[in-house]
Amino acid sequence: MPILALRLLVVLLSFGFVPAFAAQTLQRGNGPEPLPREQATSVLERGNGPEPSTLDAHRCPEVACGNILRDLYEGLVAEDAAGRLIPGTAERWGVSDGGRTWTFHLRPDLRWSNGESLDARQIVASFRRAFAPVTAAPFAVHFGAIENVEAVQAGKLSSERIGVSAPDARTVVFRLVRSADLPRLLLLPVGYPVYLPALAKFGAQHTRPGNLVGNGAYRLREWTPQANLLLERNEYFREPPPIANVRYQVTEDAASELQRFAAGDLQLTETVPPQPLKNLRARFGEQLRIGPYLGSMWIGLNLAQPPLRDNLALRQALSLAIDRDKLTRYITGLGETPAWTIVPPGVADYAPVAVRAAALTQAQREALARRLYARAGYSNQQPVEIELRYNTSTPLRRLNLAVAAMWRDVLGARVRLRNEEWKVFVGNRKQRVITQAFRGGWIADIDDARNFLANFESASATNWSGVDDPAFNALLRAADAAPTLAQRNQSLREAEARLLNLQALIPIYYYTSKHLLRPEVTGFASNPLDHHPSRFLRWRSPPR
Amino acid sequence: MKRFALRALEALVTLWLLATLCFFLLRAAPGGPFDAEKAAPPEVQAALAAQYRLDQSLPAQYGQWLGDVLHGDLGPSFQYPDYTVNELIAASAPVSLFNGGCALLLSLLVGVPLGVFAALKTGRWFDHALMFLAGLGLAMPKFVVAPLLILLFAVTLHWLPAGGWDGGWRSAVLPIIALSLPNLAYCARLTRASLLEVWQADYLRAARGRGLSEMRLLFAHALKPGLLPVVAWLSPALINVVSGSAVVEQVFGIPGIGRYFVQGALNRDYTLVLGVVLVIGAAIVLINTVIDALRGALDPRLSDTP
Repeated sequence: MPILALRLLVVLLSFGFVPAFAAQTLQRGNGPEPLPREQATSVLERGNGPEPSTLDAHRCPEVACGNILRDLYEGLVAEDAAGRLIPGTAERWGVSDGGRTWTFHLRPDLRWSNGESLDARQIVASFRRAFAPVTAAPFAVHFGAIENVEAVQAGKLSSERIGVSAPDARTVVFRLVRSADLPRLLLLPVGYPVYLPALAKFGAQHTRPGNLVGNGAYRLREWTPQANLLLERNEYFREPPPIANVRYQVTEDAASELQRFAAGDLQLTETVPPQPLKNLRARFGEQLRIGPYLGSMWIGLNLAQPPLRDNLALRQALSLAIDRDKLTRYITGLGETPAWTIVPPGVADYAPVAVRAAALTQAQREALARRLYARAGYSNQQPVEIELRYNTSTPLRRLNLAVAAMWRDVLGARVRLRNEEWKVFVGNRKQRVITQAFRGGWIADIDDARNFLANFESASATNWSGVDDPAFNALLRAADAAPTLAQRNQSLREAEARLLNLQALIPIYYYTSKHLLRPEVTGFASNPLDHHPSRFLRWRSPPR
Repeated sequence: MKRFALRALEALVTLWLLATLCFFLLRAAPGGPFDAEKAAPPEVQAALAAQYRLDQSLPAQYGQWLGDVLHGDLGPSFQYPDYTVNELIAASAPVSLFNGGCALLLSLLVGVPLGVFAALKTGRWFDHALMFLAGLGLAMPKFVVAPLLILLFAVTLHWLPAGGWDGGWRSAVLPIIALSLPNLAYCARLTRASLLEVWQADYLRAARGRGLSEMRLLFAHALKPGLLPVVAWLSPALINVVSGSAVVEQVFGIPGIGRYFVQGALNRDYTLVLGVVLVIGAAIVLINTVIDALRGALDPRLSDTP
């Protein structure tokens, strides 16, 4: 027996149990020194959703990296806790030349997190790198208003030719070819200054702890892929943030994140899993923070394929038959609000479009839907057969089941539900060949109505409905050419109204932001883009 | 030496076939690594394709990838461009091996004695209770067990963290228990069944007839052949706890290799999936070799030495 036990032990050891343990110990031994005790207890633990795909500010495509980069970097403009524009590295800015020239004046004594001084020339060089095609910056597409950026992106000009220059060490000038709300655009991570010497020296590894040089309130101390990232105060930032250390925890599973919050391991969650609002309120009370969020969920309608092609009455009937109030009250249930427009309320300087159907009762809408359905050429004897496609997800399944039931009950339509794995769904939706009705929606990249509407331009890669309306395109161009913000938004409103009249989509609800926040953390405020820089958070009282 | 060389060659051919099959199957799956809801403009897509050699023909991509692999380079990750696949696997494999090794050790240390005891008390209440619990342990999926453990030990009792990974023992306890429970149950059932079979063997009857005590019979004569199936099971069990731990890793937020299987496939991260498949494949080959050697040592009839 002892021999047998010994053999078993040898097998287990040979499997790597001990080497693995040793490797882990070594890994920890080679890492940075652990935080001093008093600092370790003052770490803000934030849930952050999935693993950030990159910390290269110019290449960041999603929310997870955006949250962290907002702490590590500061652009020319920044946003406060409530999402309002505030000076960033630029202390002031102005627009001239009929909206075509923006001049940003930098603060004095700007420094990188390694102590070196940061000047306008470095910022311009960072923009050149951001817009070079080889960088493949996902958000660069929004900067087409800057002179030559589109040509540079297309590889027709060198990145030196972009319309961004530094006449002196403290001034950055942008030359635009059309009007744009540039300060809001500059909030995107692609607008952050990347420290090019680190990029030249370390390549893709310039984002590692020790290599990453930023200019934000925090700097990167540790990064354990798929686990967490620890940030510490950047001593060279002008205003030391109240919370010394922030740990972004990878919380891929929202239900697990909730449990970690309930156990006291997290002080702020990235989201809240779908659960009845009443239960969440009863369990977490004031810790549950729900606020409006610039995102719209809609059902897209493929205008390029039958039965929805050339049948406006059918598209209108399908829209009116959906009881959005029931969907948001009983199906989604986390504070979402019924939607009748594409651009959600709360977009800066943009007045929502008035939709007549929104003022009707649901009974009136359904009566109207039946009349339109008949006018479209369908009846109980000859019902429309339609496919509703969505990506595999339990909440979406519930939602689409409810929509299908409403179409069947109100109109007598025969609805076939089809769910697909995400990449397959994205591909099919983009091709517009086999889709009919499908899950659509948009979360704003920037606080701008154009960000939603540009998806329906004829040439847009995200024009999943296949809208091809010259008048709509012309209105977007008119908005681009408008000399004032008011005129720009007026053109955008007209464009949205036109799109809604085309009924290329069925707005369902506006998203909400959802977080759980421990009472010991203050300074948190809901805001339209759901951005919460850690530097505005603070402890209510000394942490436990 | 010749036998060893032959086995090594066999293993290399197996791994090459596995990698080749995976390479082409992955490319045949619909959707690509850069297909996203917010589609990038064509120029950006072209830059990305060139950067990751996706603009080349499939045989050319395969040839270059295989050449890199032969030099020990598994390539850059498509989804996590800040890291190479080598780095991601080097960081995650020790975590999975540690958790998986501990879970398996726990399964053996608890499962074998319980199985032996149940075999000795066959037909009695302890045996029935144990087998019922073992059935339950096998039937309950990990995505149910893991949240229950969190609810009890983290949320209610506050003894252990509800998730996350700091490399310390506290963050490893619950994942190890969640990983080990089904294996422990299976190990107990397997030990019991195997021992009961051995218990009826003629040589044991003869030994019993010679007046040997039950304990002597068990430890000197029955346990060694009775544990043979358990040893054979170790190989798939270890592979399962290391590579099949995606659910537990996701629920507890553990940076292990199992998650890369799922995430890599969903993100069409070709290089990451291929790298993980190769590493796990190599581990399977290695483990099987060790287990074969061990079984040969336990029962010389099972040895493949002529």
